[in-house]
Formats: sequence, structure tokens, C-alpha cells
Amino acid sequence: MTVKAPEINARRHQPMSNTKLLMLIAIGIFVVMYAAAMLLIGKRFLNLQEIFNLLNNNAYLIILGCALTIVMIGGGIDISVGGVVCLTAMSVAKFLQTSGIEGVPGVLLSMLLALGIGLLFGLEQGFLVSYLGIQPFIVTLAGMFLSRGITTMISSENVPIKHEAFLEMKKVAIQIPGVFKLEIGAAFALIILLLMYLLLRHHKLGRSIYALGGNQQSALMLGINVKRSRFLSYVISSVLAALAGYVFIMHASSGKTSIGLRSEMDAIASAIIGGTLLTGGVGNVFGTFFGVMILSTIQEIMAASKVQESYWQEIASGAMLALFILMQSVVLSRRGKKFVLPSWMKMSKRQ
Amino acid sequence: MIQKTNSRKKHDLSQLIIPLAALGILIVFNLIRGIAIGDLGFFSITTRINNDGNMVLSGNLISIIDDASALAIIAMGMTLVTAACGGQDISVGAVGAISGAVFVKVLDAFGLDNISVLSIVVGLLAAIGVTIIFTLFNGTLVAVFKIQPMIATLILFSCGRSIAYMITGSATPQLNDKLINAIGKTIPGIPIPTPIFLVVIMALILGLVFKLTNLRLYTQTVGINQGAARLNGINPTAIKLLSFVLLGVCVSLASMIQVCRLNQLSHKTLLDAIEMDAILAVAIGGNSLGGGKFRLAGSILGSYIILMLTNTLNDMSVKPESIKAYKAIVIIIIVIAGSPAVKEKISAFWKKVHNSSRRAVAGR
Repeated sequence: MTVKAPEINARRHQPMSNTKLLMLIAIGIFVVMYAAAMLLIGKRFLNLQEIFNLLNNNAYLIILGCALTIVMIGGGIDISVGGVVCLTAMSVAKFLQTSGIEGVPGVLLSMLLALGIGLLFGLEQGFLVSYLGIQPFIVTLAGMFLSRGITTMISSENVPIKHEAFLEMKKVAIQIPGVFKLEIGAAFALIILLLMYLLLRHHKLGRSIYALGGNQQSALMLGINVKRSRFLSYVISSVLAALAGYVFIMHASSGKTSIGLRSEMDAIASAIIGGTLLTGGVGNVFGTFFGVMILSTIQEIMAASKVQESYWQEIASGAMLALFILMQSVVLSRRGKKFVLPSWMKMSKRQ
Repeated sequence: MIQKTNSRKKHDLSQLIIPLAALGILIVFNLIRGIAIGDLGFFSITTRINNDGNMVLSGNLISIIDDASALAIIAMGMTLVTAACGGQDISVGAVGAISGAVFVKVLDAFGLDNISVLSIVVGLLAAIGVTIIFTLFNGTLVAVFKIQPMIATLILFSCGRSIAYMITGSATPQLNDKLINAIGKTIPGIPIPTPIFLVVIMALILGLVFKLTNLRLYTQTVGINQGAARLNGINPTAIKLLSFVLLGVCVSLASMIQVCRLNQLSHKTLLDAIEMDAILAVAIGGNSLGGGKFRLAGSILGSYIILMLTNTLNDMSVKPESIKAYKAIVIIIIVIAGSPAVKEKISAFWKKVHNSSRRAVAGR
């Protein structure tokens, strides 16, 4: 008996992975949404700057989306991110206003403060979830309560920042006047996006997170340190949330207790739309990026359209969310099946 | 055989150890604090005359149990959905707002000035019907389209309150009526608040259903292994949909209680953020959030624990905004105590103590 030699280009005949398919769907939806925006609202969306405006306004959400994507690929969930964003933003604002450290050192120290907050939350939540085996939803729910509670303890009023060096840094932007303008926060978010893509795609830790999300038992048998990988995924998530808080305060430059309310849900929704499955093992940060863009395009369309009542906007965006979720589910379940018309739809042969 | 039933009983009760212990610790803490400051007002139950001239029981404990009513009822439904689907419905608050809006709309159609038993019954039935439609929408997404419960319910979570607004408009109607007060506060002549009775009735009905039918077994089977359940002739889709229907009934009952307690409807604040508390109650009650085995008693206890904690913190004059932080710390302590790793350590420790004492006895 002869053994057939493996085909050289076998790779090309492999079916597309779910991760890629779902991401392609997300990109397709974004293109359709954007085209719809151009048709419905016109002029403004024909401008290149509009895309960059979406990026500038939603930079923190892109980072949060990355955080959620990593945790969700590992089969967990982190709903504390909104609270951590708020806590970081408020602490940074309070620190810059009251510490009296002027100039660049003050800004650097505030960055360190943000990182420290993220790291503390990440270590606590990662330890509880991974090493004590507590359900992630509960741990991060407690994290959400904790961060929001501490925020109100720091200040329950608005804290505007008047730190000069910070305001100078805020103004930095990559731009060609008249063509496009990318704020430093958005540029930072894009760098994070790329880094997280590389981490998930080419780093050992990223591959372990995919493996443990796909099947924890097999990952364990393959010799992957499951507990450590899960622990690190939560640490990364919280640190990213803190960075998102810093990016947010750079955009808004005033600490409030209402920052990031429900942003965890926005982040989860964009990760889902981008093709990350809550069951774990499937997902891609670029998909999440497009998820964020889709959600923000919907919001832009709603804001620019003639519908004035805010409740109609919410209902419409809810309906669109439902549509995407359903479409994903249908596409996934139809995969690998031939599309057959039901018998009553076939044309009868008798004419 | 006897041994087997005994061991099963022991296992069943073990789920309630953590919530009972947490409740006990909270009570002991308040007792010690009360003795230390020389005021046991936390535990005192007195009678007073309310506005309508009825004698009612009042006191901290009564108000805790009374305040927890809506949460306890929703937690029961949430337990079922969690057990069957392995996920949580985060839209209960928003759907509750819709239910309240329908209830008030029907009362309004009968005339808000002359509320009768008939209008309340019709309103409740209409509210239950509409709520079931919405929870079935969630249920269909979960059971038929196999979407994660949290994501499927995210849709109504984000737009449910707007739908409630669409039904009632921006007005916040005031309901000042004897019958409304009878549901939300006390019935004349009975000193115990009515919502407490409603919780007991709901728990009894669900308890009887689980006692008399195989629903508990079916739900647990679907939650533990859906494929195995299907091979054994259970229809997982139907069981999941049924759990969502029961959740709908619970939510609209809770929403009615809350509307009647507050004497007004506000689509923004009615049952606000109750989804998180309900999920928390399910978890503190020792139920797995991943589906499978469940105990309704645990969830009810869990909701009383949450309210008792909030009340204790209020009593210690913690600022209302920062209560969340303390709540989070206590939650973390409770879940650490109930976590698998700590449980293993404790049981290993017990075994060691047990063995060494046996060895000591044998040696003698």
C-alpha cells in the first residue's frame, strides 16, 4: 500500500477558522454601516476625518475592547473594567490637582499611579479567579463595586484638571492639517491594539490563553500552565482598563463619577460583534476594533439623524445589536452545511 | 441504602453552609456592635401606627426582609435560568421596568382614581403576559439560536428602559390608593408587610412545583449536560424556554411589588441595577453560575444577606455613595470562604484532625 503524500498546498484548502470568518463578517458589517451612513447623512461621512473622529472619541473603548477580548478568549469575563476606568481617571485628576508636582514629573507620576491601580486590581482579580477558582463574574462584579465605591470616596464632585504639562501633552496629535488629525490617545490605543494582536498571535502566553479557552483539560494535558495563563489574562485586562482610563482623562480632562458607566457592556458588545465567543477560544482583537467602530458608527448615525428622542436611538441600536448577534449565530450554525432550498420554494418542473 | 440517602442529604445541605454562616456572622457582628455601643436598636421590633391608622410591625429586621422582597423573587427566577442555561439574564431590571409600565398603563386605563381589585388583577396579568413575551425573546435567542445568555439579554438590557419609556411617556404617575398600599405595604389588620407574604407564596408555589414534578431534575440535567439530557428524552430547548417563562412571572411580580411600595412608576429607577444584585444573590446562595445544581433557598438567603449587609452599613453611617466599596469587600470575603480551593483546604484540615484524634483513641 502506498501512502499518499500530503498535498503541499493543503493549507489553502483548509476551511476558514471561525475566528477569521466572524472577523470578516464584522468588517463587512462595518463597511455596510459606513456606506449607509454616507448615504443617509451624506457629506460629513465622506470626509476622511470622520473615521479619525470615531477613533479619537472612542480610543478608550478600543483599549477596553482589547482587554475584554483577551479575557473572553480565555473563557472568562471582566465587568470591572468600567469601574477601573472611572477610578483611574478620577485618581489621576485628583493627583494632578492636589499633589502640586508641576511639569513632566507630575505627568509621569500620574501615569505610574494609573498603572499601579490597574496592576493592583489585576493581581487581586486574577488571584481570586485563577488560584482560588471563584467565578469570574462575581469577582469582577465585586471589583466593579469596589472601584466605583473608592471613586466616590476620592471625590463625588467633578475634578477638572488644570495641570499645564498634562494639558500640553493632551494637545499632541499626529496630523496633516486639513486632511486628518489623530489624537495622542487614539494613537496610543492603536499601538495597544497592535501589541495585543502580536501577544495573542505570536507570543506563548497568547497561544496558551487561546488553548485554555478552547479546552481547559486539553490545555492542561499539553503542559500549559493554565492557572498562570488565566491569572495573567486578568492582570493584562485590568492594566489595559487603567490605561483606558488614562486615555479617557486625556480626552475629557475632567474627572467625574459617571465616567465609563456601562462601558463594560459596550466593550463586551463590541468584542462579541467582532467575533469573540464568550465560551472562549475564539476571537481576535482586530475584530473587536471593528466592533467598536460599528457601535460608534451606529451612535453617530443616531445622533446625526433627525430622530431627536433618545429612547428611539437606544431602541434602534438595540435592534441592530440583535440583528448582528442573530446573523453571527445563523452563519456559525450554517457552516459546513449545503444550502438547500425548502421543497416548497423549489420551482415545480411542470410548466 | 440508608447510608446513601444520608450522604445525599448531607451534600444537599452543604450548599447552604456558606450563606447561613454569612448571615450568622452578620447577625453576630451587629449584636456585638449593638452591645459595644449600648444600643440594640438593630434588632428591636416594635409596633407603630401607620398613616392609615393600622397597627404595623416596624424595626430594622422587618424592613430588611421587606426590602429584599423584590430581589428575592427575581433571584428565584434567576436561579432557574442560571441552572438551565448556565448563564444569567442581565435584562431583568429593564424588563421589570417594562412590566411596571404595562401594569401602570392598565391601571391608568381603568382610571387611577378608582383602583379596584379587578383592575389590579387585569394589570398584573397583562404585565405578566407582556413580560413573558420579552423573556421569551431572550429565551429564544438563548435556547434556539444558542447565543450566550449574557449577550442575548444585553439587547434588552440596553434598550428595555427605552421601551418602558415608550409605553408610559416621561410622566411618573403617582399611585395613592388603599389597594396599592395593601400590596406594597400592609393589609389593614395584618401587622406584617404584604411583600413578605408574596415572597413566601412564590417560594411555596415554586417549591411545590419542584416537589411534585420532575422539573428540578430536568433543569439540572439540562444545565449539567445538554447532550446527555437530549439523549435521555428531555427537550433542552423546552426546559430553557420554561425557565425564562418562570423568570418572566417572577420579574413582573417583583416589579408590581416595587411599584406598589414606592407608590410611583419611574422607568429610569424602577428595579435599577437589580440584575447585578440578583446574580450576586444566586452566587452567594452557593449555586454554580455555570449551570446545573441549584437551591432556591440559597438564593433567597443570598438576597436577605445582601440587604442585611446594606442595612448594616447604613446603620454604621457609612456614606451612601461609598457603601458599594464595603459591600465589595464583604462579597470578596464571602466568595473566598466558599471557593473550591479554600473548601478543599478546610476539608483536608478536618480530615487530618479527625484522623489524628482517631489515631490517638486507637493508640490508647
